[in-house]
Amino acid sequence: MFDLFSGSWIIAALPFAAFALIGLFLHRWPRAAATTSILAIALSALWSILIAIQVFTAAPGQVFTAAVRWLEMPGLRVDMGVLIDPLSAVMLLVVTIVALLVQIYSLGYMEGDPGVSSYFAYQSIFAGSMLGLVLSSNFGQLFVFWELVGLCSYLLIGFWFGRDSAKEAAKKAFITNRVGDFGFLLGILALAVLFGNLDYQQLSIRLEDYHNLAVLLPIALLLFAGPVGKSAQFPLHVWLPDAMEGPTPVSALIHAATMVAAGVYLLARAFFIFSAVPQAMYFIAAAGGFTALFAASIALVQIDIKRILAYSTLSQLGYMVMAMGIGAMTAGMFHLMTHAFFKSLLFLGAGSVIHALHGEQDIWKMGHLSEKMPVTTWTFVIGALALAGIPPLSGFWSKDEILLGAFSSGHLFLYALGSLVAFMTAFYMFRLIFVAFFGSGTEGRHAHESPPVMTGPLLILAVLSVVAGFAGSPLTGNVFGHYINAPGAAHHEMNIAIMAVSSLLAVGGILLAWLIYQKGIISHQELRQRFSSIYEILYHKYYIDELYARLVAVFIDGSARVLEWVDLKIVNGLVNGLAGFTGWSGKQLSYTENGQVQTYALYVFTGAVVILVGAVLAVYYTVLA
Amino acid sequence: MIMLTPRSNEKLIRYIAAVSTFISLILSLAVFFGYDQSVKGMQFVEYVPWIKDLGVSFALGVDGISIPLLLLTNLIGFSAVYASWHTEERVQEFFSLLLLLIAGVMGTFLATDLFIFFLFYEVVVVPIYILVIVFGSSKRVTKEYAAMKLTIYLLIGSAFLLVGLIALFVKSQSMLGYPSMDIATLAMLQYPVEFQVFVFVLMTLGFGTLLSMFPFHAWSPDGYAGAPTAVSMIHAGVLKKIGGYGLIRVGIFILPAGAKMIAPIIAILAIANVVYAAFVTLNQKDLKYIVGYSSVSHMGYVLIGIAALNLISLNGAVMMMFAHGVMAALFFAMIGNLYHKSHTRNVADFGGLAHQMPRLATGLMLAGLASLGLPGLVNFIGEFTIFVGAFSEYKVLTVIAVSGIVLTAVYILRTLGDVLFGPRKEEWDHLQDLRGVEMVPLVVLGLAIIIGGVLPFTVMDLINGGVGQLLASTNLVQLGGSF
Repeated sequence: MFDLFSGSWIIAALPFAAFALIGLFLHRWPRAAATTSILAIALSALWSILIAIQVFTAAPGQVFTAAVRWLEMPGLRVDMGVLIDPLSAVMLLVVTIVALLVQIYSLGYMEGDPGVSSYFAYQSIFAGSMLGLVLSSNFGQLFVFWELVGLCSYLLIGFWFGRDSAKEAAKKAFITNRVGDFGFLLGILALAVLFGNLDYQQLSIRLEDYHNLAVLLPIALLLFAGPVGKSAQFPLHVWLPDAMEGPTPVSALIHAATMVAAGVYLLARAFFIFSAVPQAMYFIAAAGGFTALFAASIALVQIDIKRILAYSTLSQLGYMVMAMGIGAMTAGMFHLMTHAFFKSLLFLGAGSVIHALHGEQDIWKMGHLSEKMPVTTWTFVIGALALAGIPPLSGFWSKDEILLGAFSSGHLFLYALGSLVAFMTAFYMFRLIFVAFFGSGTEGRHAHESPPVMTGPLLILAVLSVVAGFAGSPLTGNVFGHYINAPGAAHHEMNIAIMAVSSLLAVGGILLAWLIYQKGIISHQELRQRFSSIYEILYHKYYIDELYARLVAVFIDGSARVLEWVDLKIVNGLVNGLAGFTGWSGKQLSYTENGQVQTYALYVFTGAVVILVGAVLAVYYTVLA
Repeated sequence: MIMLTPRSNEKLIRYIAAVSTFISLILSLAVFFGYDQSVKGMQFVEYVPWIKDLGVSFALGVDGISIPLLLLTNLIGFSAVYASWHTEERVQEFFSLLLLLIAGVMGTFLATDLFIFFLFYEVVVVPIYILVIVFGSSKRVTKEYAAMKLTIYLLIGSAFLLVGLIALFVKSQSMLGYPSMDIATLAMLQYPVEFQVFVFVLMTLGFGTLLSMFPFHAWSPDGYAGAPTAVSMIHAGVLKKIGGYGLIRVGIFILPAGAKMIAPIIAILAIANVVYAAFVTLNQKDLKYIVGYSSVSHMGYVLIGIAALNLISLNGAVMMMFAHGVMAALFFAMIGNLYHKSHTRNVADFGGLAHQMPRLATGLMLAGLASLGLPGLVNFIGEFTIFVGAFSEYKVLTVIAVSGIVLTAVYILRTLGDVLFGPRKEEWDHLQDLRGVEMVPLVVLGLAIIIGGVLPFTVMDLINGGVGQLLASTNLVQLGGSF
């Protein structure tokens, strides 16, 4: 058993090796590159499954760690290590399975693209970094991989770098994340200076008898800045919708299932810090709840299939963060897992549609897809039902756990907010389905079902979207919660009323979408006109991108211009002025060179006296003083 | 040796330059791996008494601080020869001056005698001046202006140093009773605090100018812009580091109390470096100016690492010097190559170059990502260590310094995006990607960036030994227990 665990670093190392192989040798042979990459992630997935079996058959609470020295000096130590417990085992499973399916799917989606080799190289380095992040045993290592997945995201968003929009989106993603990481890094630095240690386990022991909230509160908030960037919470959410410029399988893997969930994973991993500071927890809950509602409202009116899904992802990430903030760590992680399956399913389904329609992403132009693309359509519907929270699909169980957590812990406002978001989610998802798959747009008539290499992963993910919820369902004894929970967290009994309400809301949302967009009983054009100002605000995403662009232009570029002027005119000007003065005085002095020997002798004498006096004074002061 | 080779035989000259720098590189690698970390202290020592009356001896040796910088010099020197492979006029002069420059820089890192240190430092100035004025390029400023500005700044800096050194010499002679220029001997003395402050201020002015400390940085962007590629590489890569090296080896080692008193001022100036220069970089249009100002900004990290005066921060500062050296040299090598082929360095002229020049794009990306402190690349190690070290001394200032990572990301990604990505521009279709010897700088420096970042202990253990030794042998009481 222990060989399996102590060799677990290989799970992350395999994709890195694939990356190196492709980068150095195989980039000329796209097929070999793709095979290498898929083989590596398949082995990692297999290994992760074996580990998960071990972890989830052993008694809860067992932890395996190992580490090698990486950066060490007196007072600072960062290791590269592995930490395997149920939390990381689940993440390993989710990441490797989704990554494997996405890479297989990419074989079809990316076929014929001139950059296939680079694509798979980036996929590999992403998988390796993400797994390194999951396995991390300390904050230092986490930060290293945290930034590396950010790099992969940058590279893959900008994969079609010939497009200006892709170039801009990639840059925006990296820089927005950097703003979050600025805070995150400060939090890590504070921990390093305060405790001289960044190891999770040792920190959690140290924190047991450290109760200085005045210090811990800023640290917790600074650390939270990391998830705000990576998991795209308000106000750093702006990069994620633009990240849809990347190839769709990338959106499915990185910007829906795995990387953006890393922030939530961090909240769970460092839960011992956050939960020690109640004020920080309120703040996290509020930030998550707000993002959930805010993003869902934008998703109501978008017309680009990927952007609807992107705002939905934002909203669901907000849900998970909110769960962490109210202390429902188990529920948050559970939702992370189910969401990874059904959201990647939805993205891959959208990719299948976009692939069939040669790049068309406007849902109003699609239509009739259900006739031409049955597998894509029905797997997409399963994904949407899971997301909407229809029982007994996976999303129902995990969403219910969060709402139950909010209700039972007395956060009634957040409970109401979460329920409202659930209703909105069902509505916008089925608006999408009725318009794009069953609507009257014309493009869809010419579509063809995607090849098996793409529909296969869809089917597998559809199955997972249906069944994954039973891992944490009260019906099956909530195995998930049995293994993954915060120490001392209250376990909430199943509440039929909450389940009924959330199911009814979901059905209501679907029904409303059906009435408006399928039956046309309520005209959506009329709705739009009546509430045109609200529609405009939502359609333009509350004008936040415009605001940020203006702020950057005024403050960042403005100060850049001012300071450059200062540098050229004042700092540099002083120097040139000095040079000018030297030249001028040289000219003046040259008049003294009049050729008279007596004058020179006078100079020499004066000079000698000055030097002598100076030397005597210098010696006097330095030696005698 | 090159001077003895016939002028006409340009090929031979190039090969001699390549072979001699290669031998140096191998030797410095041998020193790097041969240094016994369990013993620490100065090793590979050479000692020849020279001027007895002044206590000067030709003494060379290396420890954990100088080895990384020595290695850096040779990595860059070797790459620089290849980066300027296609120099066509006055090949003989070019390569002899280049080698002289490299030798001078190496000498400063090797010297254990203050006089020899200073001598080598002065040796460096002459070839720099000639190389810039003869082989440089004129864009925003003329190369004559750049060369003049560079030289005057360096000379004024060294004038401050000279005064400081003479004061130190006179003082120590009166304390010791015999003349000595040996750095370790000088460091054993306990000078009065006021004297230490006085000399340390002079050294800060001298070394600080060399390290482009705000507000004495103006020479750096203009100087790089005017200089030929190889000189920019060596200048930004290693020559600047003599400033940081001097502050540690001569300043802190000999005058710890002076350092302690002046450190807060250096820390504040360091922040000005980081933030102010980063903002100025944002508004630059010429690739060399971007790297030039960015290097001023990054020297702020080194300075705050030095100013925090503890083991962690100084380790970080030395690491950062190494890291910034390889990164900046790679940047200049790539820019130089691009300029050689396209005759422009204006960001707005480019776009979508990754279509035509994928290898060059890889080089620029690698340098850029290192520059913005991406983990896995060597600069991150330096920055992270500096931040941890500095944070325990200066909370607010470090927070401001860390904001530099955001600003750097902004200007680096903007630049790289505008140069490399976006639609293909047909006017650049004629550009040839890197090939043959042009790949040498990319491979050599790229490997250093990656190995240093992935396996940081290879370099850091060495530095930690050196800095630890240096701090242990300075007077702990004088440093006020900042360990």
